Amino acid sequence: MNWTSWLLSGFVATLALSTLLSTSHGLGLTRMNLPYLIGTFVTPEREKARVYGFMIHLVNGWAFSILYVLIFEALHMANWWFGALLGVAHALFVLTVVMSLMPGIHPRMASEQHGPNANRQLEPPGFMALHYGIQTPVSVFLAHAAFGAILGSLYRIAT
Amino acid sequence: MSVSERSAEIDPQNSGESTGARWPAIQDYAIIGDCRSAALISRHGSIDWLCWPRFDSPPIFSAILDRERGGYWRISPVAPETITRKYVQDSNVLETHVLGRSGKAVLTDVMASAPYTSRRVGLLPDHEVIRKVTCVAGEMEFEIEFRPRVDYGRSGVRVCEKGELGLRFVVGKGAYWLRSSTPLTVEGSGVRGRVALRANETLRFSLSYSEEAPAVLTPLDASLDARIEHAIAAWQQWGRRANYDGAYRDSVMRSALALKLLTYAPTGAIVAAPTTSLPEHLGASLNWDYRYCWLRDASFTIRALLELDYWDEAEDFLEWMLQATRLTQPKLRILYTIYGDKAPVERELEYLSGYRESRPVRVGNAARDQLQLDVHGEVIDAAAQFAFHGGHLDREMQRTLIGFGNYVAKNWDQPDEGIWEPRSGRENHTHSRLLCWTAMDRLVRLGERGLLRGAPVEVYKHHSDLIRRQIETRGWNERLQSYVSVLDGDEPDSSLLLLSWYGFEQADSARMRSTYRMLRDSLGTPDGLLYRYRKEKLEGAFAICSFWEAEYLALGGGSLDEAQQLFARLMKYSNDLGLYGEEIDPNSGAALGNFPQAFTHVGLIGAALSIRGREKGETQLAHRPPTATAHSSAEVRS
Repeated sequence: MNWTSWLLSGFVATLALSTLLSTSHGLGLTRMNLPYLIGTFVTPEREKARVYGFMIHLVNGWAFSILYVLIFEALHMANWWFGALLGVAHALFVLTVVMSLMPGIHPRMASEQHGPNANRQLEPPGFMALHYGIQTPVSVFLAHAAFGAILGSLYRIAT
Repeated sequence: MSVSERSAEIDPQNSGESTGARWPAIQDYAIIGDCRSAALISRHGSIDWLCWPRFDSPPIFSAILDRERGGYWRISPVAPETITRKYVQDSNVLETHVLGRSGKAVLTDVMASAPYTSRRVGLLPDHEVIRKVTCVAGEMEFEIEFRPRVDYGRSGVRVCEKGELGLRFVVGKGAYWLRSSTPLTVEGSGVRGRVALRANETLRFSLSYSEEAPAVLTPLDASLDARIEHAIAAWQQWGRRANYDGAYRDSVMRSALALKLLTYAPTGAIVAAPTTSLPEHLGASLNWDYRYCWLRDASFTIRALLELDYWDEAEDFLEWMLQATRLTQPKLRILYTIYGDKAPVERELEYLSGYRESRPVRVGNAARDQLQLDVHGEVIDAAAQFAFHGGHLDREMQRTLIGFGNYVAKNWDQPDEGIWEPRSGRENHTHSRLLCWTAMDRLVRLGERGLLRGAPVEVYKHHSDLIRRQIETRGWNERLQSYVSVLDGDEPDSSLLLLSWYGFEQADSARMRSTYRMLRDSLGTPDGLLYRYRKEKLEGAFAICSFWEAEYLALGGGSLDEAQQLFARLMKYSNDLGLYGEEIDPNSGAALGNFPQAFTHVGLIGAALSIRGREKGETQLAHRPPTATAHSSAEVRS
C-alpha cells in the first residue's frame, strides 16, 4: 500500500465530495447540509456547527478513503470506474443504513416516534434522506461516485 | 391610554370575516415579523399574508388578496363578543384578547426565530411563527383552519402527517412544518380542528420553514413560552435604546418598531411595505407591489434612525444604499430589491380577485425603469446627515458621493418622472430640482468641512446657484403666489412642503407661508389630511404628506400649538395598534394602500422629533449639523 498516495488522493477526493455536496445544497437540490448535521453532534450553535462539521467531515472522508484503498489493494484494481462503483455502494449504505440510524445516534435529532424535545429538535432525514429534498439521494450518489472515481484515478496514477 | 395599549371593539359586521368572503378592513390587520419577512394577522386571528423566506418571496398565505384562492391560517374564537388587540409594550409580539359569553382567552402571535440580528445562534428554525392560545377564564371554543396556497394562491399543497414530528409540506426547495399541541385533521390540501378550552388550558402551535438545512422542530412545551418571553425581552431591549422623551412616545416607539420589522437584517435594507396590491382606491387599479426598497425614503429614514440613536441601523442602511447601488453608480435606480438587484418585471396576476375586487394584483414594479433625479439628493443628504452627526465616511463612500455629485451636476436640468412616479411621462418637477439642489448643497458643506476629499466644491456651488435660481423663478408662480409642482406650471403638490425641510427656504418665509396656504386650500381636507397632488383624487389622502405638514408647522411655518394639534388629529387615523397604511380615506378614516407603510411611520417619527425640537427651542432643520448632539466615530461604534 502506498501511504503517500492514499493521503494525497484521499484528501483531494474528500475535497471534491464536500464541494459537490455543498454545490447541491447551494443550488437548492437538497437541504442535507452534512457539515451542519455532523457539527451539531458537538455543538447546538449554528455557525460553529458548520465550521466544526466541515473539519470533521474532511478528516472523516480522508480516513474513510483508506477503506477504498484497502479494497483497491486487495483486488489489485484501482481505476475511476471501480472507484465510482464503490462510491455508489458507499452512498447506498449511507442513505439506507446510516440515515435510518441517525435519530438514534444523533444527540440533537428528533424522531417520528418521540417528536422534538428540549434536546432533540433536528428534523430526521427519513428514508433515503428524502425529508431533506426529493433530489437528495441523487446528489449523494453523484458526490460519492465522484469521490470514488477521483480516489481510484489518483491512487492508480500515484502508484 | 397609550397607543400600544389601545384596543378596539369587534366590528359585528365583520365577525365572520375569516370564514368566508368577507374582507377585514386594511387597518384590521396587525403585523408580526422577524426582520426578514412578515405576516399580517386579522383581528379574528387569521394570518392572511405570509411570505417566506423574505419579504418579496411568493406568499403561502395570501387571503388578503383573494378570499377563495389565497391561503390563510386562522385560529378563531367561536362566537366572540369582543375582540381587542395590543402589542406587548414596546415589542412586536401581538396579543389578541377575546371575550365570549362563557369565557375569556388570549391569542399570542410572534415570529420568534431570529434574534433580530444578521447572526443566528443556537438551534432555531430559519423562520417560524409561534401561536399560543390560553383560556384565562370560563370556557372558549376555537376553530383552527390551515390552508396554505403556493405561488400567490395558484395551487394547493400536499400535507403529510409525520407522526410526532407534526405535519409537513414541501414548496420548491423549502420545507414547512406545522406542529400543534392539539390533534388536527388533514382535509385535502389543508388542516382543520376545533377545540374547547377551559380556564388555564393552553394550545400551542409552531409553523416553521427551512430551506438552508434540516429543519429545527420546536417542542410545544414550556420552552415555547420561554421563547415568546425571550422575543418580548429582545424587542423591549431594542426599544429601550430609543432616544425620545417627547409627548408622543408610544406612537414614536410603535413607528420605530414597525420600521425595524420592515428592515431586512442580513443587508440593512428597508422595504416600503410588506405587501403588494392593497389598493389606494377600493375597487380600482392603483395597486402596486411595495416589497422593495425605495431610495426616495433615504433622507427621512436616516434622520429618524439617527435622532432616535439607532446608529447601527442607520449605518447598515447607509452602507446598504451605497453597496446595493454599486452596479449602477453613478446612476441610481429608484428602487432595488433587498439584495440590491433590479426589482422584478411587473406582471399582473389575473386569476386573483384582489383586495375587495381591486384588480389587478401586481407583482414586481414597473417604476424600476423610471428616472427620478431626486434620488441622488436623498442618498447624498442621508450620507451628509450621517457625517454631520459624527459618522465616518470612508474613502470609498466619499468617492461614491463625488460620483453622484458629478452625475447631478451634469443632469439636473432633465425632466423626470418625479417623486410620485406617475406613468404619464416626464416633466420638470420642482421637487426633483429641490433634491438636485440639496445634493449640491450637501456636497459643498461636506467639502468645506473637509469630509469629502477631492470634491470639486466650486463646481457644486455653481450648480447649486443655478438650480436655486431656476426654482426661485420657474418653480414659483407669481399669479398663485406659490411654488408649483412643475416648472412654469400652476399645480400644487404636497412635496413642496419639503422646500423648508431640506433647507431651501425658511419655513416662515413669505413664500413658504403663501405656498402652504395654497396647498392647504387646494389639497387639504377639513380634518387636516392632505392629498399629494390635485390631478387625481381617486386615491386617498397621502399619509406622509400630513406628517410633512405637521413638521412644516413645527419647523416654523406655524405655531407649536398648531403643529401639536395637527399631530394629535393625525394620531386618530392610526389603527388600534398604532399602525398606518400609505393613504387614508378622508371620508371613513380607513387605511388605504399597502400596509403598514414605512414611509408613513418615518414621517410620523420626523414630525414628532421636530415638535420635540421646537418645544426645546433646538435648531430645527434636519440637514444642519446638530452640534449639540454630535457623536464621535468612537461613540458611534461603542
